[in-house]
Order: sequence, then C-alpha cells, then structure tokens
Amino acid sequence: MSVTQPRGATKRLLQFNSWFVYLFFYAPIILLVIFSFSDSPNVGVWGGFTLDWYSEFADSSQTRSALGNSIKVALVSTVISVVLGTMAALALERFTFRGKRVFDALLYLPIIIPDVTMAIMLLLFFSEAANILGFQKGFATIALSHVAFNISFVSVVVRARLAGMDQRLEEAAVDLYASRWKAFRHVTLPLIMPGIAGGALLALTLSLDDVVITQFVNGPGWTTLPVFVFGLIRKGVTPLINAVSVVMLVISTVLVLLSLITERARSDS
Amino acid sequence: MSVESMDREDGERELAAVSMRSITKRFGDVYAVDDIDLDIADGEFFALLGPSGCGKTTTLRMVAGLEFPTLGSLKIYGNEVGTLAPNKRPVNTVFQNYALFPHMSVLENVGFGLKMQGASKAETKTQAMEAIEMVQLQGMEKRRPNQLSGGQQQRVALARALVNRPQVLLLDEPLGALDLKLRQEMQTELKSLQRELGITFVFVTHDQEEAMSMADRIAVMKDGVLNQVASPEEIYERPANRFVADFIGHTNLLEGHVVDREIVRLSNGADIPVKTDLPSGAKVEVSLRPERAFLHPASSTPDGAWVDGAVKSVTYLGNAYVYQVALDWMEIDVREENRPGLEVFDPGAPVRVAFAPDAVSVVTE
Amino acid sequence: MVRNRDSAVLDRDDNAGDARAELVVDDQFEVRAAKAESRRGLLLALPAWLYLMVLFVAPLAIVTVYSFATRTRSGTELSGWNLDSYRKLGEPIVRDILFRSLTLAIITTVICLVIAYPFSYYLATRPERIRNVMLVFVMIPFWTNFLVRNFAWRVILGNDGPLTRVTETVGLGEVELLFTPVAVVLGLVYGFLPFMILPLYAAIERVDGRLLEASRDLGATGFESFRQVLLPLTMPGVIAGSILVFVPSLGAYVTPEILGGAKTTLLGSYIVIQFLTARNWPFGAALSFVLMAIMLVATLIYFRKGGRTL
Repeated sequence: MSVTQPRGATKRLLQFNSWFVYLFFYAPIILLVIFSFSDSPNVGVWGGFTLDWYSEFADSSQTRSALGNSIKVALVSTVISVVLGTMAALALERFTFRGKRVFDALLYLPIIIPDVTMAIMLLLFFSEAANILGFQKGFATIALSHVAFNISFVSVVVRARLAGMDQRLEEAAVDLYASRWKAFRHVTLPLIMPGIAGGALLALTLSLDDVVITQFVNGPGWTTLPVFVFGLIRKGVTPLINAVSVVMLVISTVLVLLSLITERARSDS
Repeated sequence: MSVESMDREDGERELAAVSMRSITKRFGDVYAVDDIDLDIADGEFFALLGPSGCGKTTTLRMVAGLEFPTLGSLKIYGNEVGTLAPNKRPVNTVFQNYALFPHMSVLENVGFGLKMQGASKAETKTQAMEAIEMVQLQGMEKRRPNQLSGGQQQRVALARALVNRPQVLLLDEPLGALDLKLRQEMQTELKSLQRELGITFVFVTHDQEEAMSMADRIAVMKDGVLNQVASPEEIYERPANRFVADFIGHTNLLEGHVVDREIVRLSNGADIPVKTDLPSGAKVEVSLRPERAFLHPASSTPDGAWVDGAVKSVTYLGNAYVYQVALDWMEIDVREENRPGLEVFDPGAPVRVAFAPDAVSVVTE
Repeated sequence: MVRNRDSAVLDRDDNAGDARAELVVDDQFEVRAAKAESRRGLLLALPAWLYLMVLFVAPLAIVTVYSFATRTRSGTELSGWNLDSYRKLGEPIVRDILFRSLTLAIITTVICLVIAYPFSYYLATRPERIRNVMLVFVMIPFWTNFLVRNFAWRVILGNDGPLTRVTETVGLGEVELLFTPVAVVLGLVYGFLPFMILPLYAAIERVDGRLLEASRDLGATGFESFRQVLLPLTMPGVIAGSILVFVPSLGAYVTPEILGGAKTTLLGSYIVIQFLTARNWPFGAALSFVLMAIMLVATLIYFRKGGRTL
C-alpha cells in the first residue's frame, strides 16, 4: 500500500503504538537476561552481579543431559521431517494424483491442532502401541512425535519456494538432455535449497521448543531441556531457571539469525 | 511416394527435417491442434505464425517433446519421435523468457546440455566457450543471468541450445521481450546465424512482420488448424483465405461472386478480370491491399480495373497519404506513397480507384 | 484444413494408406503417460501420507474411541461403551471451565486485534526497507523459545518483581498480578500477537491506498474511512488473524500453567489433569474431542473467509 502517510496526531498515536509493541516484545526478554546475572535467591530481584547461576547450570549434569537430549531429538526429527516434508511438497506442487486434496488437508491439520490435543492423541496412541508391541516410551517416541508435526511445517515452507520457482527451468533442463532425476538434482534442488534450509531451521526450532507433546510421550528417566525447565518452574522458581532460559534463548536466536542469513544469501544468487 | 520426403526441383528426394502427420492435441474438449500435416525442409528457417491461442506454441512444444500429441506421427529426419521424452530428441529450444538457470554462470548454463550428455569437463568448457564466442558474448562467461541485459540473455539462450548441435532448433517467440531496435538487430543476426550454421530453425511468433522478414516459409495457423503454408511473398500476394489476407498486413475485402475463370463480379456489378479456379457462382472476396490501389479523378480512364467512390477522409503520414474511400456498398483504405507530382484528393472528391488485375487475389472464408 | 496448391504440403490422398500406418501416437499414449506421472506423484507423497496416517489419524481415532470408554479404578476399560464422558461435559464445573476458557480466548483475541491493527497499518505505510526491518524485529522474539518467554513474564510479574517495584515507585502501590486471569491474558497476548500482526499486515498491504484517498476526498473523516473502507477490505485478514490467535489461546496449556497457577483452571490444564492426576482418560478424551471440534469449525471459517494467509 503506497500512500496516505498518516499525519499529525494520528501519526504520533500510531508511532506510540508501534514503540509500545516493540517494548512489549523485548522488555521481558531483556529483563530476563538482566536478572540471570542477579545475585539473589529470589527471581526478579536484583542483588548484585554474579555468574553463579551460569556455573551452576554448566555444572549440573541434569541440565546438561537434558540439553544434549533436546539437541539429539531435534536433529533426528529434523532430518526425517525435512526428507518427508520435501517429498510431500514436491508431490503437491508438481504432480496431480487421486486424493491430492485429502493429502493437502491432512498436511494442514498438525499445524492447526492445539498442542495439548496432539499430546493427548500421541499419549493414547503410544500407550496402546506399548501394550501391543511392548516398548518403552522415551527418545524414539519423542522423535517420532516431533516428526509428526514437523513434516507439515517443512512442507509449507518448501511448497512456497517451489511455487515461486519458474517451472520453465525444469523444462529447459529436460530439453537439454537431463533425465528427470538430473533435472531435479541440478536445477530444482539448488533453487529450492533456501526453502529446505528454512524448513529445517523451523523444524529444529519447533522441536527444541516443544514442551507439552514431549512431556506426554516422554518415558521415565529421560527428559529434554524445555520439559526439565517446565518441571523446575512448577516446583518453584529460582534464578537458575533464568540462566537456563537465557541459554535456550541464545540457541533460538542463533537459529533465527542463521535462517535470516541463509534467506538473504540465497535470494541474492 | 514416401511420406516423409519432399520433391525438390531437381527431382532429388530430400528428407524433411520435421514431418508431422495428423498431429492433434486435445485438452479436455478443446482441440488446441487439430489434425495437422506439415513438412519442414532441411535447413529451412520456418515460422509458425498466428494469433494467440491458435496452437502454434503447442505445436512447437510437441516437436520439443514438452507436450505429447494426442494423436499423430511426428518424425525428425525420418525418425519417429512422437513418444520420446524431450531429453531423447535431437532438438533444442530457446524459450520465450530464455529460462536461463539463475544459479549458474553463463558458462555453466551454456555447457549444461553437454554436461548432461556426459561430456568431459574439458570438452564442455571448450565447446561452451566456442558457442559463447559465436554469439559474441566472450568475456561474460562468469556472469550470472541476472547481471545480463535482455539481449545478452537471449544470446546465452541461443548459445546454450546451439552448442549441442541439434538437428532442429526451436524458438518460442524469441524476440518478444526485446525493444524494437534490438529486435530488428536480432532478426538480422538470427537470419545470418541460421544461414551460416545451416541448421533447421523453427520459430513461433504472433508478429507477422517478424515472420515475414526472417522466415523462408511461414505456416499461418488459426484455431489449431493450418490456413496456409508458403513463402512470405506467396502469403502476402496470394493469401489462401480471408483470415490470412486479413492477418498479414492490411487489406480491403471486396465482396463478389465468380462469373467464370476470368471474371469476378463485385457486389456493385463491376466486373474484375481476375484469374480464379473456383466454380461459377461461388461467393468470394477480392483482397486488395491499400498500397496496390491508386486514386484517379472520377472521369479518367486508368489502366487495369477500377471501382468508383468518393473520398471520405485523408490522413497525411509524412511518407504516405492514407485515404478512406466510400464505395457504393462499403469503405476501403487506399495508401498512396508520397512521391513528387502526386495528385492529392480532398474529402468529398469523387474518385476512381484503380488497380492491376494481378495485384489482387481471390479468397474464400 | 486448407491446402494451398502452390505450397509444398503433400496431398493427403496420395498416401492415405501410409498415413494410417504412420499414426504411431495412439490416443492411449497420452492417457498412459498421465497415469505414469500420477503414479510418480503418489509415490512421492506416500511416505509422508503413511506417516501421518499412523502418527496422526490413528491417534485421532483412538482419542475418539477412548471418549466412549469406561473409566475404572485401575485404568481405562475399552468396553462398556457409553456416553458418560460426554454427559460429564454438562456438569457445572466443566461448563465453568469451558466458559472461562472461551472468555479468556476471546478477550485475548480482541486485545491482540486492537493492538495489532494500528501497528500493522503503520507498518504498511512505511517505506519498503524499513518495513522489512520492522517485520524482522517482530519475528525474532516470536522465534525464541515459547517457554522462556512465558517465564520472562513470571519474572516480571513476581511478588517482588520489576513490575511491582515500578508501580510502587510511581506511587500506584503493590501490584500482584501473578496467578490471576490478567496474567494469563498478558501471557497469551504476548505469545500470539505476531499471529495477528502478520495476516493483518498482509491484508492491509494489499489494499489500494488510493481507495482511502478517494474516501477522504469525498469528505469522510479518518475514522469513517477506516470503518467504511479499510476495515471491510481487510476483513479476511482480521478473520484469519483472529482465528490464528483464538484457537491456540483456547487450548493453551503452558501459559496458564506458568502464569495462572492453580486458581485459574483453563481447558488446557483441565484436560492434562484428566490424564496425569485424575486418571479419567475417557473424560479427558471427550474434552479433547470438544476442543478439536471447535478447532475444526474455526479452521473451516478460516479457509472460507480468511483466505490462505498462513
């Protein structure tokens, strides 16, 4: 929308509103970071600067194993969901087949469903499966659950990229003696790579973030970082959680920045 | 007589570069291409011309293999290719918006086809560089397509196709995206390139001037059907039907019917001495190009045939005068080149519109 | 087909027999090629499809089945199918919780709308470069860990936390917002505001600014232009954003747990309780089913009226 620049009182109001929104977004995060350095047993109270909470975090084997588990689950589920999600995206954007509409709708459901509902569904499913097949809930069930919602997110991102791609390029490749597979490998794949990377980063983020689903399909003696933190919070808050939160924040931010950089870099080429 | 060969003047049988028999393409209920028979000669610069939606691009794509015919036979130099995938045909295409791979350099683009055919890196590089030099883009090989102008992109597309030495080169509206001056330059270049290489070029266009200036022969298409396939002169001077007469250049169509082999009677009763093979009584139109008609005063007796009318309007174009002349039953356009000594007529003046009998052609629907 | 005798197209009559033999592409070829292509597409889609059938559709079915099961002391009996769980939905406690959850979700949605609309409008009027930067800064917090962001509010709203310190200093006295519905709404708005901003921005951005100019030119005040021109034109965005905020708010669990505490039980927590403490899985399943039904209805509205602004 080109146009009508707001003027005078309206403009000031709108600007105030915008600044308010940004403040609203960032103040809590900034405060969180600040208080993670606070030397006080009470959260949100400033008691002098300290790095004790971070060293406690680094020392705690529990948090470290939880972090390690989170990363393992995220990596595994991302790889699987990127492969399946990309294939699904290709099928939907380049082919027609019977039941395509159903498949399309099916892919949207995990995006829209509230995570409580999904957590419950998977809990019941795995409980039944455990009864019949007799396996333990744990890493496998968590990873499988994460893939279940990540496929959809990856496919949405890759589809957008595929749709924006000029299909004549694939025709040109075939006209120039490339087989279908080679045309995909040398032309389509490089051009949708930013989409795949974006989808992968999204999947990683969602997996690292997940609390409810992971908690429900978790097994005994196994936990991921968010679930661990969630448990801590419910028991009673200490600034240790601050420190852990900041670490998680840093990881998320790094991922976001990475995705932004890849978006920008690829869209230039 | 063998189907895919064509008679040449010296009686020698020559294999047609592209040979189509009963080629049909149906999309649902619509016949985009309807039962086409066509031979394109070896070394020809051939044009498929027609308004949008006439099926010319579909036909081209069927030769490329990007569409499969619903029905029919398609041969390239005698080999049946109708069912082959595009990567198995000895044919390459220059796409309408060039379709250059944005993530590859010019050199990589041009060498793509060779790479896909399994050529070694060294060979690919050498031959690609040769092709790049042939289209005068040396020095640009490391650039990306988005760093090139439209004209340069087009040359890359050409090089990319020609480097593979295809038996037939297909071009889909190759000059459409270029501005006028560039277009004219490229027309000359393409023509001389084709002569030099001797490869059969088949191109698609909706621009009849382009077709006329570049092609050895033109196929005029409408609604999936061939209306006329002939040289530019033939098509202009002796259009096969109303559509061709009207589509190529501008023409006046005078209604009448055939009296006999030598005479056509116009609606106003005037008899025109024109040769025609059509039967007596057949309803026809006489195609008279505006530049073939000349205005004379009403009382004069010019050579050739004439009809009477009155000038309705005059427009001065600098290099010509364009008249609208009202005849008894219709209006026609007359274009007189601005030459010294030209008699100019004012609106309202009664005139005699004269033309040579062999300057018109008889057309039917 | 018109043939001009002067040109070189061959006369068909001469080789009618040959012509028939040359018809290599028969009318089945196209059909077969299309079928092969279709099969390839299906194969590509198959892995994801199967995966979702097993790990999404099947679990969904199981939940539905469970909602008709019986609860026993030792667990769940998959027999004696009944509607007890659904009847339980009518109990006052349940209705209270449902009502409270709906209310909070609606309030959250409205607040998000009121804050986001001016923001998105202002965003849409900025020059291109600034717009992109502003959007990125909206998205960054959204991409950071959800749990962490909720916890941040816990820190702020705490009994001795920054917020109450500020209000005390300013003279407004102590503020104990934690574990109140206000805190929950605050947390939900914080979490889902970007979901409202993006579709709204997309819708506003698409509006031809000249329409607003025309409206002003014809004498309408700014507010009237907004109400009569801008709002109707951006309605799909409003609907899309509202649904994207309403649905997750309704089923929210983490935010109410961290900021709401035990005093305000909402639907999400209530469902979880059935599975973790109360051990009434059939009832929990029935509740989930209700939540899913609401979500499905909302999704249908989203796709019909809101457009695909996902």
